[in-house]
Amino acid sequence: MKRSLARILATALLSALLSQPALAQQTQSPPQSTDTLIRNATILTITHGTLQNTDLLISKGKIAAIGKNLKAPDARVIDAAGRYVMPGIIDCHSHSMLDAINELTLAVTSMVRTGDVLNTTGAELYRELAGGTTTLNLLHGSGNPIGGLNTVVKIKPGRPLSEFLFPGATPGIKFALGENPKRSNSQVTPGTPRRYPATRMGVEEVIRDAFTRARDYQRGWAEYRASADQKGKIPPRRDLQLEPLVEVLEGKRFVHAHCYRSDEIVMLINIANEFGFKIKTFQHALEGYKVAKEIAQHGAGASVFADFWGYKIEAYDAIPHNAAILTRAGVVVSMNSDSDERARRLNIEAAKAIRYGDLTEEEALKLITINPALQLGIQSRVGSIEVGKDADLAIWTGHPLSVYSRVDTTFVDGVIFFDRQQDQARRAELQKERAQLEQAEPNRPGTGGRSPQTPRRRPSTNDDDDQWEGNQP
Amino acid sequence: MNQEKRTTMTLLITLVILLLSVSALGQQIGNPATQQGGTPPRGTYAIRNARIFPVSGPPIENGTVVIRDGKIEAVGAGVTIPSGAQQIDARGLSVYPGMIDAGTSMGLVEVGQGAPGTVDTTEVGEMNPNAKAIIAIHPHSAHIAVTRVDGVTSALSSPTGGLIAGQAALINLLGTTPQEMALIPQAALVMNFPRTSRRGGDFGSEQQPDANLSETLTANERQVEQIRKLLRDAEAYGRAQDAYAKDKSLPRMNLDIVLESLVPYVRGERPVILRADREAEIRGAVRFAEEMKLKPIILGGDDAWKVVNLLKEKNVPVILTGILNLPMREDDAYDTLYENASKLQQAGVRFCISSGNSGAAVRNLPLYAGMAAAFGLAKEEALKAVTLYPAQIMNVADRMGSLEPGKIANIVVTDGDLLEARTHVRYLFIDGRAVPLSSRHTELNDAFKGRK
Repeated sequence: MKRSLARILATALLSALLSQPALAQQTQSPPQSTDTLIRNATILTITHGTLQNTDLLISKGKIAAIGKNLKAPDARVIDAAGRYVMPGIIDCHSHSMLDAINELTLAVTSMVRTGDVLNTTGAELYRELAGGTTTLNLLHGSGNPIGGLNTVVKIKPGRPLSEFLFPGATPGIKFALGENPKRSNSQVTPGTPRRYPATRMGVEEVIRDAFTRARDYQRGWAEYRASADQKGKIPPRRDLQLEPLVEVLEGKRFVHAHCYRSDEIVMLINIANEFGFKIKTFQHALEGYKVAKEIAQHGAGASVFADFWGYKIEAYDAIPHNAAILTRAGVVVSMNSDSDERARRLNIEAAKAIRYGDLTEEEALKLITINPALQLGIQSRVGSIEVGKDADLAIWTGHPLSVYSRVDTTFVDGVIFFDRQQDQARRAELQKERAQLEQAEPNRPGTGGRSPQTPRRRPSTNDDDDQWEGNQP
Repeated sequence: MNQEKRTTMTLLITLVILLLSVSALGQQIGNPATQQGGTPPRGTYAIRNARIFPVSGPPIENGTVVIRDGKIEAVGAGVTIPSGAQQIDARGLSVYPGMIDAGTSMGLVEVGQGAPGTVDTTEVGEMNPNAKAIIAIHPHSAHIAVTRVDGVTSALSSPTGGLIAGQAALINLLGTTPQEMALIPQAALVMNFPRTSRRGGDFGSEQQPDANLSETLTANERQVEQIRKLLRDAEAYGRAQDAYAKDKSLPRMNLDIVLESLVPYVRGERPVILRADREAEIRGAVRFAEEMKLKPIILGGDDAWKVVNLLKEKNVPVILTGILNLPMREDDAYDTLYENASKLQQAGVRFCISSGNSGAAVRNLPLYAGMAAAFGLAKEEALKAVTLYPAQIMNVADRMGSLEPGKIANIVVTDGDLLEARTHVRYLFIDGRAVPLSSRHTELNDAFKGRK
């Protein structure tokens, strides 16, 4: 009896540890917002230059004051002399938190929502905070010409999901062009038909067809609403697939379109112009540099990789100068991760745009701060250090564009969600806990047979869209 | 353009080049096209007024590096410049040895997905000791120029599949034929030491827990036994061939090119690279190498920080490929792999840093070292970890890895710290040849950046 109780307890402890690793790594009780005075820092404001030896006051989750010799008697004081403060990094293309990425069964899946499958407990979130990243654009995968709806989140491990959701972010939707929606790199199960489309012609046709239907649907509602006497009139049947596309047509929902080749970028611009909507961002846009003029004319942004190339045929003409060429053409450019790994070091990815294409430091920093904020409709809240903006910040040991720098402390809404000193202080304790759990009877080796079940999770090494297609169980 | 005009133009260009300071060297050498019929010639060069990082010694301010006949002739502050040397005024610039990545498959794969015809990393079957990377390295792969223009001048290119993957080649990233590129055509035997879980590479699937641990362990033991048997056969084969060479009255053995290829490795004359990441795999690999009297190098080494005592005691070096991997276990500290190099260095384990990438991203090698430096490794150590240390581990430190007289002139001249992402390479020498700073990427950039 006692034995089995111990067994149950140990199993419960183990599963608690396994399911909440992010929690285990940070503070035990949920961190509380405290007024904080960061003193003597070099502040990279992004929009108003670099301020030397400057103080920054965080109050009630907001940046309350920036200046010299600020006074705040009740605030916690952090001396940041010799260190840098920059806005929290915004990753405009992430699949963190998502327990499912691709609804692959249909070509148009605008009815599915990433917001329905969010896991707040993944270890990747804490690791991203430790790299100074505070905001993610969680996108559906790229297996469909028109994919599911996005979710913009602030990274706040330990908090309820509702606190992750970025208030006021413009809703978005994923589109995808090229090899992924064609499914050309995925294996077809024998005996099953291939999914339409299988060519770039088909991709265009699927998008055209969807927007044709959306326009009719929009008209149906407009006619219904316009009729003065609605008595006896039957409203159109709600269509969850077309509703988000009507929002696109009405400019209420941003299109984030995965694309590689220049011809398909131009194709989507043409469709958008024809139907009268805008593409907010071309995601990846590896060949964006070939049609920078067209992207700029359309008013679209681009969210690119720093230098990822050559992993498939449509990525063979990708060049690391892409961000610089697009920036010089007047396009709002961001640099994204599309990977739980790269999301930990987007600062270094941004620095590459100085090597390739000679962006200035400020332009490089914009790629991971104010520019992605603009692309997600959250520029009034985050992306730069200004009084009144959310206190989403990181303190760095050196200039964040240097490989030798690392993050000491990350704030989200004024709350410390990562602190290196605290992290290091807890390691011995966590190690002890792990050792104890390993010694717990159900976990001892030597009994043979099946090893304990571990929770099945999506692989986390590289979330690139291109890996995601077809590899899902 | 007619012939006359063209001649005038050529003359003009030549004049302009002569008149311009030597800082225009990067543009004047060679055809800007990345695929050239021949490699640039060796010349005599003097890089002057530079900040020199010999790596083998302290930095030298205002120094000169002299290159002649493919070799470094002199390095120092008071060096005489040979007459006729092309001079490069490197005021404000820094000179480093070219970086070496010992964990790549450079030239064996061009496009990993959707173009299987360009992939030559993995032979059929488990035992392919005679699959030699040097046979299949594609000298005109776009990866090669893309990599070298960012300062990585040499790579160990390894086959990857099966239990015994094949033989790696150490190459310079310059040459028209694999043989021109080769520093050591057969540099190491590459083995994937049997493991209990799989961890993918670029696009591989991550660890899938095996259903039954004891079955997996038995299967692993069987695989180790398979390797053991093959290596023992090779030992016996070598002994028999030696005996026959001394005494022709003995029965003659037919040549066996597979066993033949293994002989230098089972005799410990050449190193054996064992891919191992987890603690148990690393321990298993070290024990196996000791038992078989191999000369082991661990490739991967994500858990090497847990095995420092054994690695130190057995003097087994590690090629760390996972610095920018996500930690293996969810409850690992966030910086577990960033700190790996620092922990090995402090414990006195020999190591070098690699990108572990097949080719396209090898140019990011300095950033792997930079990240290790951000997390505890001294900057000078980080620099050695991508220059001198890989040379030592591959047993070529007498020929490369630092700026010392007599070494191969693989030299990078930069406008800043070699490991910083923002630094530009200004001049590049491989094998004493001035290499143009063009690649598939610079060419596409040039072609499209001005499009109005």
